[in-house]
Amino acid sequence: MEILIASGVGFMTASGVYLLLRGRTFPVIVGLALLSYAINLFLFATGRLVINQPPVISDNAAGYTDPLPQALVLTAIVISFGMTALIVALALRAYLEVGSDAVDTDESGTSENSGQAGSGGNAA
Amino acid sequence: MNHWLVLPIVLPAMLAPFIVLAMRHDLVLQRVFSIAGSFALLGISIGLMMQAASGPPQVYQLGNWVAPFGIVLVLDRLSALMVLLTSLLAVIVALYATGSNWDARGRHFHALFQFQLMGINGAFLTGDIFNLFVFFEVLLIASYGLMLHGGGAARMKAGVQYVVINLAGSTLFLIAVGTIYGVTGTLNMADLAMKVPLVPAGDQALLRVGALLLLVVFAVKAALVPIHFWLPGTYTNAPAPVAALFAVMTKVGAYSILRVYTLIFGGAAGDDAWLAADWLLPAALVTLVVGGVGLLGAKALTRLVCFSVIGSMGTLMTAIALFTPAATVAALFYLIHSTFATAALFLLADQITERRGSTGDRLVTAPRFAQSGLLAGMFFLAAIGMAGMPPLTGFLGKLMVLDSAREADSMVTIWIVILVSSLVAIVGFGRAGSMLFWKSASIPGQEEPQSSARPVLPIVAAGAMLAGMVALTVFAGPVIGYLEVTAAELYDPVDYIRTVLGPDVLAAR
Repeated sequence: MEILIASGVGFMTASGVYLLLRGRTFPVIVGLALLSYAINLFLFATGRLVINQPPVISDNAAGYTDPLPQALVLTAIVISFGMTALIVALALRAYLEVGSDAVDTDESGTSENSGQAGSGGNAA
Repeated sequence: MNHWLVLPIVLPAMLAPFIVLAMRHDLVLQRVFSIAGSFALLGISIGLMMQAASGPPQVYQLGNWVAPFGIVLVLDRLSALMVLLTSLLAVIVALYATGSNWDARGRHFHALFQFQLMGINGAFLTGDIFNLFVFFEVLLIASYGLMLHGGGAARMKAGVQYVVINLAGSTLFLIAVGTIYGVTGTLNMADLAMKVPLVPAGDQALLRVGALLLLVVFAVKAALVPIHFWLPGTYTNAPAPVAALFAVMTKVGAYSILRVYTLIFGGAAGDDAWLAADWLLPAALVTLVVGGVGLLGAKALTRLVCFSVIGSMGTLMTAIALFTPAATVAALFYLIHSTFATAALFLLADQITERRGSTGDRLVTAPRFAQSGLLAGMFFLAAIGMAGMPPLTGFLGKLMVLDSAREADSMVTIWIVILVSSLVAIVGFGRAGSMLFWKSASIPGQEEPQSSARPVLPIVAAGAMLAGMVALTVFAGPVIGYLEVTAAELYDPVDYIRTVLGPDVLAAR
């Protein structure tokens, strides 16, 4: 089971990092999602992998599994879910406004749009 | 338990949804409540500061769960200082956003602003490392909304980058916290300080990986080289009051480094003592150099200010990286100063940009603009503060940093880099100032009428930041006295650990 979990975390992290380094928003978002899945699995395993043991105190338990990582994973899932939703909406809005879904700011792309950005914007 | 301690988090947390739900269509009411809330926060944080200054650290157990099982908030001198700095800045930013009408350019500015304050204050007060992650997320989520406030294509594009890099940073944070928890079995900072020296030799490598990953996360926030690339794009494209508020966001990174690497991986950590220093010092010095180069190369005023922020973070982190009490006093003093100077510069840059019309903030000559003399004077003050010229706090701060580096091994390098980068900053700001104010003054062209209709409040807000710098110069003695005790507390965290875990906990150690 350790091998399975570890290779799952490793494979998802590797794919996530690869996608994160792509130049367009869609692969980047999928990459971030994969990374957050990898993290959830990883956090789950930080309490050690234990099978058939209770997480709360009971009189006739031979041992325990750590309940805390599950609380941490829950928090991490909620946050990463919200963040993924946010960045999808943001990427869509940026695509509609800029007209391109490239993540990097090339010189021409920013400078021609800087006039619309109000007083805070300027050329890169 | 002292319930005042949780108020800097609860007050903005209650105010923000109230603003969204009850007054979403009434900007005037939003402004009144937001400004009143910021002033109330200022009052609370002054009270907390007085409590922290007069006694040992205090602990607040959320839900009355005893540490290390529950989450605790801890008020010591350092966190009280940071909360006070945040609320001072909050008052100024709320006034500026109102006076300059920035808050009318999009919706929900004040609600997001209060959520941002909640996140920042929470990050400063929490005594639990996973809770620190949660508050980081709170402040980041609010900052995404604030950064995109007002919309526009360039801002959207910079916003996507900002969100992506911070999401990647959050992922790293979780890996780091997970690794540390996996090795030590605790997330409470005081308990971690107790457990880290007891980690068996076989797990040391894993613990170090976790600790250094955490350093990377904090370095992203503090905009240290090589992960500073997000800062210029974000701060140039963010609305000016937001950029000013972000002056304290980079300090959240600096605070976290100072807290974690003195308390958990400090002198008592055995093999892991001062783990961060070897990596932090080179990174900080390179950051200073990059800030200087960017400052000279900047073609626009806001971008120039951004690189001066990177340079000031370099100076700050150099002082922190020395990890001695004297250097930490210098670092904290410089931290207060650079927050004021950064905020003042961003606000002034916005005022200048607004008045120059179509020329914007590009560093080219253009016809004179309204109130050019007044803004020139204020820009001059802010710039000599940022560059570290006497008589303002920048000079005192840099002098203290240099003085505290005297006994360090790398003293020569530190002195050369700091002094040369200060010279570069003077040249950069001098070039910008002469271009904006002097050369432009001689250009023929229609001068905007000196309209009295221009709002006074933005200028007053920016002036208050400068006044903060002057006050910090005048009261440098008492402030340094406070900071000396703060640094002593940081390097001997016995009181902190006793407060959180109970008086008997150190008996076994």
